[in-house]
Amino acid sequence: MEISTRDLITVLHGMGFGTLFMLAFSGAIGVIYATAVAGPGWQVSRWDRRMFRFYLVSMAALAWLTVLSGTYLIYPWYRAVPPAGTTDLSGYPRALLVSSPRTAGWHELGMEWKEHIAWFTPIAMTMVAYIFITYGPQLARHRTLRNAVLGFAAAAFLSTAVAGFFGAFLNKYAPVHGGATIVLSRG
Amino acid sequence: MSEDLSSDASLPNGRGAAAILAAGIGSATLGVLALAGDAFAPVGHVLSIWPPSGPLSGVTTLTIIVWLASWRALRRRWRDRTIPLGWVTVASFAMLALGLLLTFPPFADRLQGR
Repeated sequence: MEISTRDLITVLHGMGFGTLFMLAFSGAIGVIYATAVAGPGWQVSRWDRRMFRFYLVSMAALAWLTVLSGTYLIYPWYRAVPPAGTTDLSGYPRALLVSSPRTAGWHELGMEWKEHIAWFTPIAMTMVAYIFITYGPQLARHRTLRNAVLGFAAAAFLSTAVAGFFGAFLNKYAPVHGGATIVLSRG
Repeated sequence: MSEDLSSDASLPNGRGAAAILAAGIGSATLGVLALAGDAFAPVGHVLSIWPPSGPLSGVTTLTIIVWLASWRALRRRWRDRTIPLGWVTVASFAMLALGLLLTFPPFADRLQGR
């Protein structure tokens, strides 16, 4: 069983960082929303508060890892320009997609939207984590602040969902392959 | 050990307001730069600060610089103040919406007359 380095990094980008972020999202909304429901009398242990902080900081870190690996590792492989006369475009995902009107939309809408919209997420989640760390349980007293945090967190979720959706389909129609082969098991 | 909010001294909202408004500014910057890089070839060329990733490298790097610089400046001014959050929230979400719209290819293409 083998995998190429580019495949492995693409899997880490999408299935590792991106999917973990999406899975963690409902927990983040729960943590923030709990401060709204419980109100000023909310009793929370230091341990729980530390775990909430760790959870949100981890989500922000996952968001940064996702966009940085996507922009600076995978995107250059995706947009590589094939040498003149190349007929097999399988190693050049962007060129492969735009070579046919049946698949060009996956680049023109999918990748062009995905490459930018994904960047809203780390900005929003860094802000969300910072505000939660700074205010902690006091967030219950700042209703407008809390609502803004929830709004930006929802925008982060939407952005990640769009990027993840198109990422999955782009990888189906024009996967990024190549690089050294890593042998996972023999026989 | 647990903490009871009712006995806590309330922290002014300035630091939070600065973070939210800066996130809005960062979002709008992302949208404006993405559109500019796509609409004007010379701008796209300048934004290609790391050629393998093309203009996206400059769009995202400049966005991060603008976002962090605005956050730092706002935090300095507002850290110990109570800010009327209504307009901060409205402005932040307006800038977020602008950023989201400008990065939506059909909308950006229409703006460019394509």
